[in-house]
Amino acid sequence: MIDRLMKKIEPHFTRGGKLELFYPIFEMVATITFVGPKRTEKGAHIRDYYDIKRLMISVIYAGLPAMAFGIFNAGYQHFASMGRYPGFIECMIRGASLVIPLFIVVYAVGAIWEILFAVVRKHEINEGFLVTGFLLPLIVPPTIPWWQLAIAVSFGVVVGKELFGGTGMNVFNPALVARAFLFFAYPASISGDGVWTAFGQNMVDTYTAATPLAVAAVQGTIPIVDVLAQKGYTFWTMFLGLIPGSVGETSTLAILMGAAFLLLNGVASWRTMLSVFAGGTVMALVFNAVAPSPGSVMALPPHYHLVMGGFAFGAVFMATDPVSSAATDIGKLFYGFFIGVLAILVRVLNPAYPEGMMLAILFMNAFAPLIDNIVVWFNVRRRRRRATE
Amino acid sequence: MNIMAEIKLKKGYYLRLEGETFKAFENAPFPEKVACKPTDFTGLKPRLLVETGNRVKVGTALYKDKNNDDILFTSPASGRVVDIVRGERRVIQEIVIETDGKQQRENIKIPRKSISVMGREDIIPVLLTSGLFPLIIQRPFGKIADPRVTPRDIFISAMNTAPISPDWNLIVHGNEECFQKGIDILSRLTDGKVHLAVDARHGNLSRAFTAAEGVELHHVSGPHPAGNVGVHIHHIAPIRGRHDIVWTCSVQAVMCIGRLFMEGRLSPETIVAVAGSPAQNRKYFRTIRGAQLSSFVEYFYDEDVRFITGDVFTGKKVSYDGFVSFYDNMITVIPEPAHYELLGWTTLGAQKMSFSRTFLSYYLSRLLPRVRFEQKASLNGSKRAFIVTGIYEKVLPMDIYPVFLLKSILAEDIEEMEGLGIYEVIEEDFALCEYVDPSKNDFQELLRRGLDLVEREG
Repeated sequence: MIDRLMKKIEPHFTRGGKLELFYPIFEMVATITFVGPKRTEKGAHIRDYYDIKRLMISVIYAGLPAMAFGIFNAGYQHFASMGRYPGFIECMIRGASLVIPLFIVVYAVGAIWEILFAVVRKHEINEGFLVTGFLLPLIVPPTIPWWQLAIAVSFGVVVGKELFGGTGMNVFNPALVARAFLFFAYPASISGDGVWTAFGQNMVDTYTAATPLAVAAVQGTIPIVDVLAQKGYTFWTMFLGLIPGSVGETSTLAILMGAAFLLLNGVASWRTMLSVFAGGTVMALVFNAVAPSPGSVMALPPHYHLVMGGFAFGAVFMATDPVSSAATDIGKLFYGFFIGVLAILVRVLNPAYPEGMMLAILFMNAFAPLIDNIVVWFNVRRRRRRATE
Repeated sequence: MNIMAEIKLKKGYYLRLEGETFKAFENAPFPEKVACKPTDFTGLKPRLLVETGNRVKVGTALYKDKNNDDILFTSPASGRVVDIVRGERRVIQEIVIETDGKQQRENIKIPRKSISVMGREDIIPVLLTSGLFPLIIQRPFGKIADPRVTPRDIFISAMNTAPISPDWNLIVHGNEECFQKGIDILSRLTDGKVHLAVDARHGNLSRAFTAAEGVELHHVSGPHPAGNVGVHIHHIAPIRGRHDIVWTCSVQAVMCIGRLFMEGRLSPETIVAVAGSPAQNRKYFRTIRGAQLSSFVEYFYDEDVRFITGDVFTGKKVSYDGFVSFYDNMITVIPEPAHYELLGWTTLGAQKMSFSRTFLSYYLSRLLPRVRFEQKASLNGSKRAFIVTGIYEKVLPMDIYPVFLLKSILAEDIEEMEGLGIYEVIEEDFALCEYVDPSKNDFQELLRRGLDLVEREG
C-alpha cells in the first residue's frame, strides 16, 4: 500500500512535475519515513546499508543520556534554588518545560533555513542539521531567551554552514558557531552567575548559582580544590553533574555513556576523543607544575578540569564532528591534542573566558585543514622521492 | 621459484555475501550466440572490420583499435555476424555472432622455436593477430597495454577476494601446464620480473601457483581488496610515475596465452562461475568467451533480479540475453530492491550486512563466522554531501589518502592527483570505498574521470 502511494505521488515532485520546486521536501519526508528501493545505477551494484541518516541518528542516540540528565538537572536546580527537592517526576516536568522549548525553537528555525537553502540550491536536505539542532540546546543555559536562541541558530546555519557551501563544506562546527554568537552578542545571557539556573521564587542563601569554573577563577590563598569543595563542588559532584551549567554539559557521567556508544558503533573517532582528553591532561599538569600557590587556578588538578564546564561534552560531541575536524588519522591526533591544550590554556589564563572549550574547538576547526595538508604533504613527498629513486 | 615474505594486509572488508559458487564444474551447452563488446575495454575506440552477414571463424578479426591499428579483437566462435548493436551517438556496443557450432579456426602462425629463445618480436605479433593481446592490461590507467612498450614488471594475481568470486585455484585445475607455458611467454616480454601473488590463507593452493617456475611468488593475506593486483603492485614494487609501466594479467588470461602457444591454435574456451543467491545451479561452467548468459545461467523466476558480468563491485549490468564480458570469469545474480521499508534507518540491523558498527550485523557476523547475508542492488540511502568520516581509509590497504585524492579529482588538480597516487589505482581499488560510502557517491566513476584527465593532460 505504501509502495503504491509513494509511487503515485513521486512523479509530481520529480523533474517536470507540478511540485518540482518542493522536491527536497518530498525527498526528506520520503527518506525519513521509508528506506526507498532506490537502485544502484553506476559502479558498485551493492552498497552498504550505512548512510548519513544512520550516522546522524547514532549521534543523537548518544546524546540522549546527556539530554535526559539535562532536563532533570534543569528542574532539580530550579527547585534547589528554593531549597527543596520535590521528587524525580516533578524535576523532570519542570526541567522539560524549560528545555524542550529550546529544542522546538532550534529545530523550527533551523528547519526553515535548511528547507529554504535546499529549495533554492536544488539539493536534498541534509541530515546534518538533525545533529546540530540536537546539540545546540545542550550547550546553552536553560534560561536562554528563545528569541536569542533563534537568532543564534540562524547565524549558525547561515554563516556557519551555508555561506561555506552547505553541509560537508563548512569549516566550523555550526552548533559552536551559534554558541559563540550568543557568547559575543548576548554575553549577559550566557555568562556570569545568574543564567545557569531558572531560579525559583524565595531563593535560599545557601544555593550556589555560580558554576565551578566561575568559582575556580577567583584567586585566593586557600587551595583551589578546597574552595570548590566549600561551594559543594567535589570531583564526584561535578562528575555526576547535579550542578548549575549548560543543559547537557554538566554530567560527565551521562556524556561518557554517549561516548561509549559512539566508540562502540565507531561513529566518532576514538583518536580525536582520546587526544582531546590527553591534551587537556597534559596542559593541566604543566600548569600544576608552574602554579605559584595552591590557591591559584593553575593548581587545579587535571581530573577536575576534565569534568568541569564543557570540556567533556566538547571532546565527545563537538571535536569529533566529522566535517569540521581533521580528516586524516594522524591529523586527528594533533587536532584533538591541541583542542585539549588550548581549552585548558584559555580557561586558566584568561578569566574573561572561563569556558575555553568552545573557543579551542572553533580555533582548531580553522586549523584542521592545515593539519591535514601537512599530513598529506608527507604522503606526497614519500611518493615523489620514490619517483626519483 | 623465489618465495618472498608474506604481505599481511589488515585494511579492507570481507563481505559475507550469500550465494557462493559450488566447487563443481559443468560443461555449458554451446551458446547459440556470442558477442564481442568494445565497451569491455576502457577508453577503446573501435574500427569495425566486419559487417552484418559476414561469415567469421574463431580468430577472425572483428574490429581494431583506432588509436593502435595493431591491436585486433577476434571472434571467439565460427558463424555469422547477425547484429551490430549501437548505442548513444552510434557507439558500437556489441557485435553479435550466431554460432554454427563447427568452430572452424583461422590459422595463426607461431614461430617454430622453443619459447626460451623467443623474443618480443616473435611473441607480440602472435598475441596481436590472435586477439589475445587485449588480455594484457597496463598500469597506470588500467587499459589495454601498448604492445610497443616493454613493461618494467608483470603482475599476476592468483587471489580473488571480491565477494562470492571464483577461486583461481579451481579454475587453473587441469590447466597447470597451460598456465606455466603462459608464464614462460610473459616472462619473455619484460626485462623485469613476473610477480605472482597467492592467498596465504587458502587451504588448498594449486601446484600451478606454488610450483610455478620463473616467477616471484608472493603470499598475501587479508580481506578484500587484498586480492586486487593494484594492491600487490603497491606493496611489491609501486608504480613511480606515468612512464613507469607495468603489465597485469589474470590467471585465465595467462592460461589462454599459454594454450595458444602450446596447441598452436586459438581456443576461446573459458570458465565462468555463476554466483549469487537468486541463481540456480551455481557452478563453474566451461563455455567460450563472450557466451550468451541464457545459454548457461539459470535463476529463480519469481524474483526481479539483476545479472552482472563480473563481480558485484566492478561488474557491468547485463540482460539475460546479454553476453559475458571479455575479461570476466563470473556472472553474479542479485535481487533488485522492490519495496519501501518503513523507518528502515532506525532498525537494529541484525540482518543488514554492513562495514559500519552501527548495525548489529557487524557484531553478529563476528560471533557467527559462517553467517551469510543477502544484499539487494539497492543504494540503501540517497546521495548526500561528501562528509568525511574516516571510513574510506579503512578499506584501502595502500599508503594513499582516498578522500584527498577524490577531492583533487573534483578540483581537477592534476599535479595534486599525481602526488596523491592516482597512477597506482584504478576503479576496482576504490570499489570498496564506494561500497562503504554513507554519502552514496560514485567513486569509481569519479576516479576514472581523474585518470582520463591525467592521461590526457598530465
